[in-house]
Amino acid sequence: MLKLPIYMDNHATTPVDPRVLEAMLPYFTERFGNAASRNHAFGWQAEEAVEAARKQVADLIGATAKEIVFTSGATESDNLAIKGAALMYREKGNHLITVVTEHKAVIDTCKHLEKDGFVVTYLPVMRDGLVDLDALRAAITDKTILISIMAANNEVGVVQPVAEIGRIARERGVLFHTDAVQAAGKVPFDVNAMNVDMASLSAHKMYGPKGVGALYVRRRNPRVLLAPIIDGGGHERGMRSGTLNVPGIVGFGKAAALCREELATESARLTALRNRLADGLRGRLDEIVINGSMEHRLPGNLNISFAYVEGESLLMGISDVAVSSGSACTSATLEPSYVLKAMGIGDDMAHSSIRFGLGRFNTEEEVDFVVEKLSSVVARLREMSPLYELAKEGGKLLKMAD
Amino acid sequence: MSYSEKVIEHYNNPRNVGSLPKDDATVGTGLVGAPECGDVMKLQVKVNPETGVIDDAKFKTFGCGSAIASSSLATEWLKGKTLEQALEIKNVDIVQELSLPPVKIHCSVLAEDAIKAAIADYKRKQGQG
Repeated sequence: MLKLPIYMDNHATTPVDPRVLEAMLPYFTERFGNAASRNHAFGWQAEEAVEAARKQVADLIGATAKEIVFTSGATESDNLAIKGAALMYREKGNHLITVVTEHKAVIDTCKHLEKDGFVVTYLPVMRDGLVDLDALRAAITDKTILISIMAANNEVGVVQPVAEIGRIARERGVLFHTDAVQAAGKVPFDVNAMNVDMASLSAHKMYGPKGVGALYVRRRNPRVLLAPIIDGGGHERGMRSGTLNVPGIVGFGKAAALCREELATESARLTALRNRLADGLRGRLDEIVINGSMEHRLPGNLNISFAYVEGESLLMGISDVAVSSGSACTSATLEPSYVLKAMGIGDDMAHSSIRFGLGRFNTEEEVDFVVEKLSSVVARLREMSPLYELAKEGGKLLKMAD
Repeated sequence: MSYSEKVIEHYNNPRNVGSLPKDDATVGTGLVGAPECGDVMKLQVKVNPETGVIDDAKFKTFGCGSAIASSSLATEWLKGKTLEQALEIKNVDIVQELSLPPVKIHCSVLAEDAIKAAIADYKRKQGQG
């Protein structure tokens, strides 16, 4: 039985899996100890649970437990990785490389460092959203200390060639950080196979709770050192002080374990579901454009521009379906998506874009409902659109159909 | 983002969607906005040349729900008005009627611009512009 509203915004956040919640609950009440309390059973119990979760998170990405630093979320992880490495390795160089389509947690952290005297190269992306590896190679100088490139993009779901980037970074002796928030648990991701030195993770993007994340920090070949950005009791081997969020970490561990167990079957299921959505819409509507590479893409992501229709009005017409738009009207800045812009997609098509994020709890029935609903709303709004009328008349505003 | 009931009502049941023959001498067409900015409004009036009264008004809008509602409301208000009365419609009237939040005021400005552009076009055709 179809239940409304339908949630298809799983890049923004995911619901907590009931199995995750079940694992967490005891740690709010009877097992409430502080993992740093060394002198009694309450503390030991909490510490044991945290260490088990640390192993589960490490296993998801091919790391060892000691390489996992728990944080409050991926924004903090990105800050710790980039600021921590920049400050620690400042004497070695002052140059960082990142990409224009990064999450703001990376871009704004880099901008902050620029004010402190660091020099940052923001690499462009190609039309399909992928970074140009030759441009990356060319950008590396003897002053480069860190490359930060996301594993998968949160808007268009484009999966970057992480292994190739890692190889280039390793060859040139530059540290490589990747924001793997959208990729980990969704596509194969292994820090050793990919030569990743630091990776940001978030629990709530993988059916865990909000408010907990992790930074993978490589301990061997090379050992990565970070200057902490939060001072205090020296938790997490001095890299992140603060009492550990034990229930959150337990949930994160369980969520990571479930993602690992189900990755192969779930990614196949989501890819089929995503293709059903794309094919359904393409079968019913003309002049729709998929933004970003279909080949190098997260299984659950679809980002489509519906030419001649403005995104916010489209969202209004499908109010029982939760998705996102790259339209300016839906953002705080009143600017259309900077990610789509960086890919060379015009502001007009960015205004017309919708991001679908399919997840673990979406069904074929829901996809079919969304296809029908969206197609009828797009058709209605196009009848109301002067741009569609002009285009049909062969008018002058045809650059929409890019 | 939440919308006022009136915006939702206009969005769900827009008044006077459509087009009038733009080459008709009694029809004035206003096309304002830009696709890059996320809003384009086409507003048309059909004027009785003898009485100077707007007999019919139509719109087509590419834009958010507030832009659609602003233009829908504008066409509703235009019908039966003289050109002089029509030019008295101000964006603040639309803001008030639809309870538009500050970030949506530009939608009402665009609607006022579209009214003025349509009337100017009519006057130009009639040799009054």
